[in-house]
Amino acid sequence: MNAVMHFLSLGRAPGSKTLPFVAILFGVTLLASLGNLLIPETSALHVSTYTITLLGKYLSYALLALSVDVIWGYCGILSLGHGAFFALGGYAMGMYLMRQIGDRGVYGNPILPDFMVFLNWDELPWFWLGMDQFWFAMLMVVFVPGLLAFVFGWLAFHSRVTGVYLSIITQALTYALMLAFFRNEMGFGGNNGLTDFKDLLGFDLQSDTTRVALFAITAVILGGVYVLSQAILKSRFGKVVEAIRDGENRVRFLGYRTERYKVGLFVYSAVIAGIAGALYVPQVGIINPGEFAPLKSIELVVWVAVGGRGTLYGAVVGALLVNYAKTRFTAILPDGWLFILGGLFVLVTLFLPKGLVGLVGQLRSRFKPSKTTEEPAA
Amino acid sequence: MTTSPILDRDHVWPFLAPSHVPVDVSHQVILYVESLSVSFDGFKALNDLNLYVNDGELRCLIGANGAGKTTLMDVITGKTACDSGRAFFGQTIDLLKHSEAEVAQLGIGRKFQKPTVFEAQTVFDNLELAMKSRKGLWPTLMARLSSSDIDRIDSVLTTIGLSGQRLMLAGSLSHGQKQWLEIGMLLVADPRLLLIDEPVAGMTAEETDRTAELLTSLAGERTVIVVEHDMAFVRSIARTVTVLHQGSVLAEGTMDQIQNHPDVIEVYLGEEA
Amino acid sequence: MKRLCLWATLWLLTSTALAESLFEQRLGELTEASLAETQSLLEALEAEGDPRLLPLFDALFNGNLYYRDADQTLVAADPNTGDAPYIGILSGEVIASLNEDNVTKVRVNNRLRRYLNDALARLKLTAPDPAIREAAVNELLTQLNADTIAQLDVLRADEQNAKVQQALDTALNLYTAQSSDQVGARVQAIGELSSSLQNAVRNALARLAEDEDAPEAVQNAAAESLNSIEQKFTFYGYVDQLFFGLSLGSVLLLAAFGLAITFGVMGVINMAHGEMLMLGAYTTFVVQQLMPNAINQSIWVAIPMAFLVAGSVGVLIERCVIRFLHGRPLETLLATFGISLILQQLVRTIFSPLNRRVVAPDWLSGSWQINPALSLTFNRLYILIFALIVFALLVLIMKKTALGLQVRAVSQNRAMAKAMGIKTDWVDALTFGLGSGIAGVGGVALSQLTNVGPNLGQSYIIDSFMVVVFGGVGNLYGTLVAAFSLGVANKFLEPITGTVLATTLVLVFIILFIQKRPKGLFPQRGRAAE
Repeated sequence: MNAVMHFLSLGRAPGSKTLPFVAILFGVTLLASLGNLLIPETSALHVSTYTITLLGKYLSYALLALSVDVIWGYCGILSLGHGAFFALGGYAMGMYLMRQIGDRGVYGNPILPDFMVFLNWDELPWFWLGMDQFWFAMLMVVFVPGLLAFVFGWLAFHSRVTGVYLSIITQALTYALMLAFFRNEMGFGGNNGLTDFKDLLGFDLQSDTTRVALFAITAVILGGVYVLSQAILKSRFGKVVEAIRDGENRVRFLGYRTERYKVGLFVYSAVIAGIAGALYVPQVGIINPGEFAPLKSIELVVWVAVGGRGTLYGAVVGALLVNYAKTRFTAILPDGWLFILGGLFVLVTLFLPKGLVGLVGQLRSRFKPSKTTEEPAA
Repeated sequence: MTTSPILDRDHVWPFLAPSHVPVDVSHQVILYVESLSVSFDGFKALNDLNLYVNDGELRCLIGANGAGKTTLMDVITGKTACDSGRAFFGQTIDLLKHSEAEVAQLGIGRKFQKPTVFEAQTVFDNLELAMKSRKGLWPTLMARLSSSDIDRIDSVLTTIGLSGQRLMLAGSLSHGQKQWLEIGMLLVADPRLLLIDEPVAGMTAEETDRTAELLTSLAGERTVIVVEHDMAFVRSIARTVTVLHQGSVLAEGTMDQIQNHPDVIEVYLGEEA
Repeated sequence: MKRLCLWATLWLLTSTALAESLFEQRLGELTEASLAETQSLLEALEAEGDPRLLPLFDALFNGNLYYRDADQTLVAADPNTGDAPYIGILSGEVIASLNEDNVTKVRVNNRLRRYLNDALARLKLTAPDPAIREAAVNELLTQLNADTIAQLDVLRADEQNAKVQQALDTALNLYTAQSSDQVGARVQAIGELSSSLQNAVRNALARLAEDEDAPEAVQNAAAESLNSIEQKFTFYGYVDQLFFGLSLGSVLLLAAFGLAITFGVMGVINMAHGEMLMLGAYTTFVVQQLMPNAINQSIWVAIPMAFLVAGSVGVLIERCVIRFLHGRPLETLLATFGISLILQQLVRTIFSPLNRRVVAPDWLSGSWQINPALSLTFNRLYILIFALIVFALLVLIMKKTALGLQVRAVSQNRAMAKAMGIKTDWVDALTFGLGSGIAGVGGVALSQLTNVGPNLGQSYIIDSFMVVVFGGVGNLYGTLVAAFSLGVANKFLEPITGTVLATTLVLVFIILFIQKRPKGLFPQRGRAAE
């Protein structure tokens, strides 16, 4: 117990941005939820359910960005396959929601989801068994991405695959999974994926209160993961991880088995991505193989890059900003978005290597040069 | 009479054996290197090399570029796999079967030619990372600095003269200070055997003297192997010197013996002529 | 009636002027003859014997024979389109001004078609071109009877061409095998048939082997011959798959060359590389649009154009973005990915998101029929050759030219090369331009195989990365071997597992392979590799 208290106290070390971050996150969540539930629709201050769902989606993206930042910003491993972990978590949640539909589907089969009836299947494939239990599905949300990350990470890191090689094989991983999930025979709904969800734990997914609750839960989990990640990264474990980023060979000669650290952090990151996927699916109402597309995975890397990698709040800020911009721009100029996204990739890497957070830091140090500590030339 | 391991009450299962096996130096020799060969694409970096280092010795390795000094250290510390030969730490530990991290945990510390400190972290953090401690995932996640740990780091900081830079980022140190920090990271790890590659490169004369003093004081309790090109420095610290040439040992002895050794003279003067 | 008068006048006017052969005269009557008269007219024509009979009968049989309304000149429509261009039967040349409005079809009925079918077979069996004779004999294999055999026997005696002789022997043997009353002759004939690859022979042997009425010796011999034929078919099936694999490999190779240079030599990972392929393919499309009357020649313009377009875009990318990211491979990866998004969207905006079709030149269509069991399509064959030529050129450039020397120097030790006075900036830009330009040329080749669309490059980028990684970075020979082995592996897996799973399996294999050998098949070893 003592150890746990100590561990959590690390997150509250002076100078960390944990407290303001969590306070702002929870404050906004509370205001938005009340604005939806208590203020009548006629009022100008009313927050529509559409906005709530949008915010919930952004927050699950923020959680995903956080998972990428943990591994990329702190350990220097650029994964271009985190969309795969996100999608796997999403599929686990989607399978639970599919089973909850019961006989309300188009074909009215009490056990088989519609797409299986359509394919003339007689019984559930083995991997769908148990997915009607919420606890089991949630276990799978954590376990499946974690296991994949463990196996993949163990193989990759033990054979010392690093740098761009690693990035490319993670991309190949998600590409292979995408091809596999597109197949009907895989038993995950093929092209169409899983959709037409009705309710979660008995709550109607279309109702305002469920939507607000999902949004709030996402915010709480994001806050919790933020605090936990901050604590992990501030511990000696975190120092080892940062040292691996800056000189893996040297860390080995200090007696640390770096590959185990990398596998551990990779699994942690994948589990967070899986949880983000599980939070995303009930709010958006669909999960399909498109989530495995390499473009999705690489897009989320840019969220982190825009916000500023190596700081957890940077990743969150980046995810929120880029996705907000995406929502606005695709509404105005549907074709223009890819130009903007592509431009972001180029501009951020050329001019903002530390992201917006780094830019703010630079501006601040320019105006208040006396207070800053000396920083190494990057 | 032989019993199966299960019936043998004294049998120690590998997973129960303590991870820190003490080095068996009952024969006074701490490092055995026998007929070691390494080749890269036909180039023989090490060629049937034999080297024995006694416990508590201060040994200097010299030799021209490409003589195999760094490769030898790479093989000992598990960085490079060798083609044939044996390397033992004490009587019992086969170094060739261990990875870099395991070799480090066995108590072999290494300082690189080019100082490699963790520039984005403070001097104190660098030393904390290098400190002798349990290095598994869970222990580091839960690690807390005890007051004796802090005292130990502070005393090393005093030894290497970086007390004033305690919370500075290592990246902002000067080249010489980084060399000292590297040496500090070795000291705080408390190794049995130190492999030190060119410790005084980039140091002032005064710092060189201090390094010589430090290394001499370390020998005895620990074993030190130094690779250095600076002959004056080697002369000031060395008791035994080993000359490597084209991947094998050319000569071994005191500095005076080496300088008068016919092979050494032929190789060095012959090459120059 | 009016037309007849007109025609008669014309006839009178021209017949005196031109000394026409009897053949041409009879031909002229064809357009006027009633269906009942046509057969005797055709028989008379056949009796004349003329090399132009074959195209005439062929067109008539397939309903492609027309006459010009103005002067009754007989023309054959294009057999593929049933429409223009029309070829004059007498002249054998294209008559440009014709279209479906000013020609009239010459009608035939089923009775005529039956006659024409037989007549065509007879004509072909005696045609001057041995290839036509051979094909005619092979066509007869399914309808052998005593009459045809008698005819073939006669032909065999006079035949000089070895291939036609062989075909005739096969036909005679097949007849003997099926119909002779001497068991020994049948068994011997069946034995000889085992070297044939004709489907008809294969089917006939299969029937004989199962035939309860045939003597046991015949059945056994048939089974044995059939077995040996089947083995050959399996073998040629593998050859076919191998060829398909190699052609896929050559596409991968063309896509991977540029990467092997930019990634392998410069260490720059260019995610926009696939878009260089796409640009090359679109260049081909645009060039064809600009010269619609010279499709066959346009490809020779398209190849250098594609090289220039993709190459200059490559140089632009290098100068504007990549050189600022030197030594930061992960950032380079992200920035070039952004560029690939922009290029794709640009093409989508300019050319629409729909796929565009590039017309293949004539000499690229069709296939090379090696034997009945094996035919290689020309476009794949040429792309294979093209890839090998590009490979040879590339090796030459890297090994023999000053640029190649400088590129290798820079890739091995940048600082040292700079100190030696090599303009590393200039070398970087040119190397990148070369890599991108070659990808553009690869795009030209790709446009001959698939439709051209904005996502063309994306589908190849991961595969070609796999090729470079598999082959070992910075090693052109490794790239060659890797591309072909991946292509072949893919094609051999496909029939067993299906396309998607084959691709997945190959990816998984490479992931596992990198675990085992992170430096590829042919790694650079030693101190330089550190």
